[in-house]
Amino acid sequence: MSAVMITRKVTRKWEKLPGKNTFCCDGRVMMGRQKGVFYLTLFLIVGTCSLFFAFECPYLAVHLSPAIPVFAVLLFVFVMAMLLRTSFSDPGVLPRALPEEANFIEMEIEAANGNVMAGQRPPPRIKNVQINNQIVKLKYCYTCKIFRPPRASHCSICDNCVDRFDHHCPWVGNCVGKRNYRYFYLFTLSLSLLTIYIFAFNIVHVVLRSVDSGFVNTIKETPGTVLEVLVCFFTLWSVVGLTGFHTYLISLNQTTNEDIKGSWSGKNRVQNPYSHKSIIKNCCEVLCSPTYPSVLDRRGVMLEDLSSPTPSDASAASTHQSSNPVSQTTKSSAPLIPNEHTPDEAKPGIGSGTQKSTSSPKEEKPPSPTSPNAVAPAVIKESSH
Amino acid sequence: PADTFHNLQELRHSASLATKVFIQRDYSDSTICKFQTKFPAELDSRIERSLFEETVKTLNCYYGEAEKIGGQSYLEGCLACATAYIIFLCMETRYEKILKKISMYIQEQNEKIYAPRGLLLTDPIERGMRVVSFANTWDVFLSVGTTLKELCTIYKL
Repeated sequence: MSAVMITRKVTRKWEKLPGKNTFCCDGRVMMGRQKGVFYLTLFLIVGTCSLFFAFECPYLAVHLSPAIPVFAVLLFVFVMAMLLRTSFSDPGVLPRALPEEANFIEMEIEAANGNVMAGQRPPPRIKNVQINNQIVKLKYCYTCKIFRPPRASHCSICDNCVDRFDHHCPWVGNCVGKRNYRYFYLFTLSLSLLTIYIFAFNIVHVVLRSVDSGFVNTIKETPGTVLEVLVCFFTLWSVVGLTGFHTYLISLNQTTNEDIKGSWSGKNRVQNPYSHKSIIKNCCEVLCSPTYPSVLDRRGVMLEDLSSPTPSDASAASTHQSSNPVSQTTKSSAPLIPNEHTPDEAKPGIGSGTQKSTSSPKEEKPPSPTSPNAVAPAVIKESSH
Repeated sequence: PADTFHNLQELRHSASLATKVFIQRDYSDSTICKFQTKFPAELDSRIERSLFEETVKTLNCYYGEAEKIGGQSYLEGCLACATAYIIFLCMETRYEKILKKISMYIQEQNEKIYAPRGLLLTDPIERGMRVVSFANTWDVFLSVGTTLKELCTIYKL
């Protein structure tokens, strides 16, 4: 048995996650599906900065101040850190409902809708909740089998529901959601600063050098300058514009998704219930709120079945116990127990089912104290081998 | 044997319907993590209302504390930003610390209150912070027990 455990490869939860994400470094890194544009972003930033450090910085450090390249390095490091944080972190993916939860919700929906005539379309699955005295509609996600929390949306590229979904950004190769929005904003802000910085000092460098050697010679000596100016010029308009747009969104506590859909605009529509009606409070909430942990547990170890425990069983037992026993017994005893997950079977008993559930625990109580004491220790002992 | 088998099937079927009860999120206070304190009918005979409400309210307090936007969260945010968030690679965030407290609290509640009543409370983080679920543990033992019983009758042990 121990020899088998050594050779068995540990399966981590990220390998079995549904959705179209790519994972790296054994689940530590999580990205969207299409990464081509992200590599382009990396190339542009690193390439332009390399040219700046190679061509401009030596001259400017000597003729103006050594602080100029130092600050450029700091800014570059910050931009890269923000970009990698945005691209590699979990944007706030909501895990799909496990079968029991999905069925519980299905039963609730069917109870609420009542009987639908054959041939008629069932009503759309919407839940109304009241937030800050406004009615907000929660939509049901057919892929994830959950009612999406307010501000969550399903990303079709990553095939996940993301909490506080802003948009899917191809430039960072990931969705932008609750967990990584501030990193995304700081990335666009710092990139704007970096672009302006490089652009400005390119101009300064060309002017200073032209005074000494003439314009044509300057271009010959530092050909990188032309490339940098081109890249910076085009980047400036898009990135600075994007930063301005997101600053506007943050001050109103809105997401790009809500802005595009026009959820809170117009007189007949509901006013934004999440806004604190104060720009400072909105900015504080979006940028200074606590960093939310990921609920995905990508690096957790998958427990295969009761008969082959992994070394991390003991430590993971407290968190996995709850989900394991119920699912394992249904898996192992499938041919004997009737399929308990069919809503059709449960349907006639929704009214009576709740009655049964209140009466059956009383029925269960007498036999169970005797049987589990005899049976359970035997089962648990077996699994510990 | 056929009758016992049929009765066991019925018992298991009705027990399995009551396997899990889900407490949903309460969104009345915007998107902060908060669970509904409304007592579900399915737990009516299993646990006292006051104990259930106390558990959910304590959980809500913990989450409220974790998500509070105040002095400590500003400090943490500014410090982290100044270090380009590299500090998060070595430091645990306040939210993570409180999540650990929550899982210990749930474990304690399970040991003291819910296990003796045949219920198992799951940590909401395992369900994406969407629901707090109560599992019927006696159903587990019942399923296992009845399965073994059937095997014995089939193989005439």
